[in-house]
Amino acid sequence: MYEFSYHRPASVAEAAELIANAADGKLVAGGQTLLPTMKHRLASPSDVIDLGGIAELSGIVVNGNIVTIGAMTTHAEVAASSEVREAIPALAALADNIGDPAVRNRGTLGGSIANNDPAADYPAAVIALGGTVRTNRREIAGEDFFTGMFETALEEDEIIVAVDFPRPEAASYMKFENPASRYAIVGVFVARTAAKPRAAVTGATACAHRAFRIEESLQAGFGSSALDGFEAPVDKMNSDIHASAEYRAHLVKIMAQRAVAACA
Amino acid sequence: MKIDLTVNGRAVAEEVEPRTLLVEFLREQLRLTGTHVGCDTSQCGACVVMIDGKSVKSCTMLAVMADGCDVTTIEGLASGAELHPMQQAFMDNHGLQCGFCTPGMVMSGLDIVNRHGNEPDDATVRRELSGNICRCTGYQNIVKAIRAGARAMGE
Amino acid sequence: MQENGIGASVRRKEDQRFLLGKGRYTDDINVEGQTYACFVRSPHAHAEIEGIDASAATAAPGVVAVLTGDDLAADGIGPLICGVTVTSDDGQPHRAPAHPALAQGKVNYVGDHVAIVIAESLTQARDAAELVEVNYRPLPAVASTADAANDGQQQIHEEAPNNICFNWPFGDKAANDEAFAGAHKVSSIDLVNNRMVTNPMEPRAALGEYNSGTEEITLHLTTQNPHVHRLVLAAFNQLAPEHKLRVVGPDVGGGFGAKIFIYAEELVVGWACRKVNRPVKWTADRTEAFLSDAHGRDHVTRAEMALDENGKFLAMRVITTANLGAYLSTFATMVPSYLYAFLFAGQYTTPLIYSEVKAVFTNTSPVDASRGAGRPEATYLLERLVDVCAADMGLDPAEIRRRNFIPKDAFPYQTPVVQCYDSGDYEAALDQAMELADYAGFDARAEEARGRGKLRGIGFSSYVEACGIAPSAAVGQLGGGVGLWESAQVRFNPTGNVQVFTGTHSHGQGHETTFAQLVCDQLGVPFENIEVIHGDTAKTQFGMGTYGSRSLAVGGVAIAKACDKLIAKGKKIAAHAMEAAEGDIEFAGGNYTVAGTDKAMNIAEVAFNAYVPHSYPEGVEPGFDENAFFDPMNFSFPAGTHICEVEVDPATGEVEIVDYTAVDDFGKLVNPMIVEGQVHGGIVHGIGQALLEGCHYDKDGQLVTASYMDYAMPRADNAPEFKIDYAPTDPPHNPLGVKGCGEAGAIGAPPAIINAIANAIGAKHVEMPATPETVWRACQSAN
Repeated sequence: MYEFSYHRPASVAEAAELIANAADGKLVAGGQTLLPTMKHRLASPSDVIDLGGIAELSGIVVNGNIVTIGAMTTHAEVAASSEVREAIPALAALADNIGDPAVRNRGTLGGSIANNDPAADYPAAVIALGGTVRTNRREIAGEDFFTGMFETALEEDEIIVAVDFPRPEAASYMKFENPASRYAIVGVFVARTAAKPRAAVTGATACAHRAFRIEESLQAGFGSSALDGFEAPVDKMNSDIHASAEYRAHLVKIMAQRAVAACA
Repeated sequence: MKIDLTVNGRAVAEEVEPRTLLVEFLREQLRLTGTHVGCDTSQCGACVVMIDGKSVKSCTMLAVMADGCDVTTIEGLASGAELHPMQQAFMDNHGLQCGFCTPGMVMSGLDIVNRHGNEPDDATVRRELSGNICRCTGYQNIVKAIRAGARAMGE
Repeated sequence: MQENGIGASVRRKEDQRFLLGKGRYTDDINVEGQTYACFVRSPHAHAEIEGIDASAATAAPGVVAVLTGDDLAADGIGPLICGVTVTSDDGQPHRAPAHPALAQGKVNYVGDHVAIVIAESLTQARDAAELVEVNYRPLPAVASTADAANDGQQQIHEEAPNNICFNWPFGDKAANDEAFAGAHKVSSIDLVNNRMVTNPMEPRAALGEYNSGTEEITLHLTTQNPHVHRLVLAAFNQLAPEHKLRVVGPDVGGGFGAKIFIYAEELVVGWACRKVNRPVKWTADRTEAFLSDAHGRDHVTRAEMALDENGKFLAMRVITTANLGAYLSTFATMVPSYLYAFLFAGQYTTPLIYSEVKAVFTNTSPVDASRGAGRPEATYLLERLVDVCAADMGLDPAEIRRRNFIPKDAFPYQTPVVQCYDSGDYEAALDQAMELADYAGFDARAEEARGRGKLRGIGFSSYVEACGIAPSAAVGQLGGGVGLWESAQVRFNPTGNVQVFTGTHSHGQGHETTFAQLVCDQLGVPFENIEVIHGDTAKTQFGMGTYGSRSLAVGGVAIAKACDKLIAKGKKIAAHAMEAAEGDIEFAGGNYTVAGTDKAMNIAEVAFNAYVPHSYPEGVEPGFDENAFFDPMNFSFPAGTHICEVEVDPATGEVEIVDYTAVDDFGKLVNPMIVEGQVHGGIVHGIGQALLEGCHYDKDGQLVTASYMDYAMPRADNAPEFKIDYAPTDPPHNPLGVKGCGEAGAIGAPPAIINAIANAIGAKHVEMPATPETVWRACQSAN
């Protein structure tokens, strides 16, 4: 790891000021991705601003049909939350299968979506559930937030405060894990809402995205057979030593069908 | 930077470089070498310690982030030579061979008990060990040991 | 039998320190004034070095020294050696290109060692290592095993035309061809034995200290064989004379073969600590381990079997290309030759076997022994081929094995491939395994699984292996540079407790317990009064270390022989003390008695007399301390049948191992608890190879799977609960009646798993690792 200055602000405002004034600052939430990257000397921030001391960023609140999860809420806290399990059990289950137990004790919702790893789980949920990302400056619709591989709509010194998740009628997330890293080779999140079906796919392409064609297929009827004719586009898929594009495209369909079936 | 924390019940105040990982701090500065490093990518779990009662990979946390925390390592479990029930269960069930992954396995075992109680089933223990790699045992006796340790902790 | 003697599942002595966090692994050791080393490694698979500028690194904060291959050469250190000669088909020894410990003008794989940076702290060493400027001129790389010897391939070493290390034909080709020509049927298979990274959980490390007063170097190493390290470093690498070099293998966190070899880092750290006159510590991170540990396996093979109309094997032919990597590691040549082709008979009476092995160099990490070493590769091709034969002949896989087994009354059995098996009852193990696995109920289970959309399959693997290495004469005949006997010293202290010094090394196997049980049993000394000491050349007599499942079968016998000597000497002392004739003295349960009387004397009292010989038999030396060496007369031949049951999800290709049965013949078990643990671990190692692990190099020779993010290690939820049982036979050559058990699982498991998958999906073959995509594609083509 290269040298850096460490800061532990007590408020979002203080954190925003620190990041704005740093030459090449990095916000760190749980650090479960940033620290391994820094250990490998693949990142060399001048300043590391640890959000771990900001109490206002943690916590889960249910207000009517909206579940609000603070950016610094850990995966373990989401997984164990009785409110989340009651309102959006698929979201609690997703959080309960990120990384491993020790990673879940440090990793956070905000950290995950800000990093936007193409194989991360949370982005699929934020998009498919129609979530809203709230920052220290504005609100960003979930599907506009994830803009590319490791890229988001966040400005340099913008800080995620919380994510609002509307409660769906039913939802499910199916993840096909990389046997080594246990990240998603393909993950499909589907939600049945009063308005219309929603779906998002992660792992398969450069960035998690809304799966409009799955949604269209499901509009005819929210059942796995509605996807029998669906084919994911092979040319858009990632291809690596763990899964070819063709296999990923196939898995998108299978995971989508299984997610839909699990909503029943 | 100066950090103040509790390690195995003892108050510790030390000066650390910000880039010092918690595991480096424990091993190099405090000479608590029971916590091991088996990988660089947070997968193997040889470095798992308890921070404020929760399992954490000490290779993926800066020492400065543990300022004010209560840290328990493998060295902090036994009273003298008398093993903690989870440690004893590993011995009784041959849950270790070379011993390198063992401290992390024991810590993860304790974390399983914290979250799943004293009667976790086989599948639960196997799933919850997804962040701990062992090359020696084939896991069967680790699973047995954690279940036995969990039961013993309830008695 | 003593309470804690042979056959008892005694809790392990070593566990207390490991469980308390008081293990002492190499990286746990810190010495006054130590410095830290970081190696500069090649980022290229193949390149010439046009220059190294270390000036910025040398001037960086905290840097003690930056040393390169030129410094090493100037001091006359190295090169690294390969200790086993294989004669190529041109009558010449295998090609052995120089293997410098720090590159001399050229690098040949990603991770190849270029320089060592030594600094006051590890971060300073790492910071400075980035400042070493190496000017590389990249060359095309050879990364493919199958293509390495093709015409037009880039040459790696001048000494090895076409990148061939050796071509090694073995067997009577003409007779074999004739049998094939007259066969009723010929079955064949093409397969790859996937390259694995051995991955003991403790990364390799070295701590070197030089004492300018005594001119002695002490090296703490992650080693399975401290004396072999000392011997090679002294005799072949010119590090220091043997008596001025101390090698210590303290607690070692797993080896599985990867810590047998004499590595560049170990030699360089030993040399550097004298050069800078400061202790130097180096510990690999995991990516360094992936790049610089010797890998295992990596064969491309075509195997054929000639059968008669009854499914009897008439002849077998095996053509293999084996990848040895960029340089020859310490025992690299032996693995795809003697440890491989000598196992091709398996459990069968196949009368004619012919094989050709082409060993090639590539721009990849060196390849050497890894748990099983050669025997998993042999067993995999044979047991896969047998299943193909069964399918071709329309026979049940159990039935074709039964028809070809060496019958139990045929032992000792001379195979056509050198080995003479000493004992075995293969049908008994098969029967027992089929019973335990409920083979009869398989069809019903498969039917039930179909109802859930799963394809259920069952697979056999009836393996035999040759371990307990090895008779020294055989090793010498084959071109090995060492003897493979083992040593022991058993020392009574005056107060009656016992220290056992063994030349083997324990790095997870539990020798401190198992060997204490042997001594407890034989000498009748309480288990808690026995301490086993190993792993330090300054403490123990010369020994050959631990690999090839040899520690109990060879080292254990040496201990038993030393105990015999003590018992015999004690008879003289006891006879004198009890005023009886030596011939009337009997020994049992720790007590010397005078036959026909109630006179008795405990062995501890005898020991005391030997150290305080106030009244003592004439002509008997004082002291109660004996050593012994044991050179085995034959290998040890563990065998067994493993049966694996899998369920395949045809929609995704995911494979779940739902049941796994192992019935093994390990002879007599000293500590059944420990043996069972070895079996579990071996099987999961085999599951790793069959389903998860595979080393992937891209065409430029970059290792893509260089961390646990991309190299899948088996975890707790990849394995089921195993059904383990034994079908022992008594090996007549082994005085303890024991066979090795450490590698059997890794040898037996892969073909059982792949056979089960092939059975489930109705495919002829599925390559390892049988990842979901591989299996899914096989399902697609099987339909």
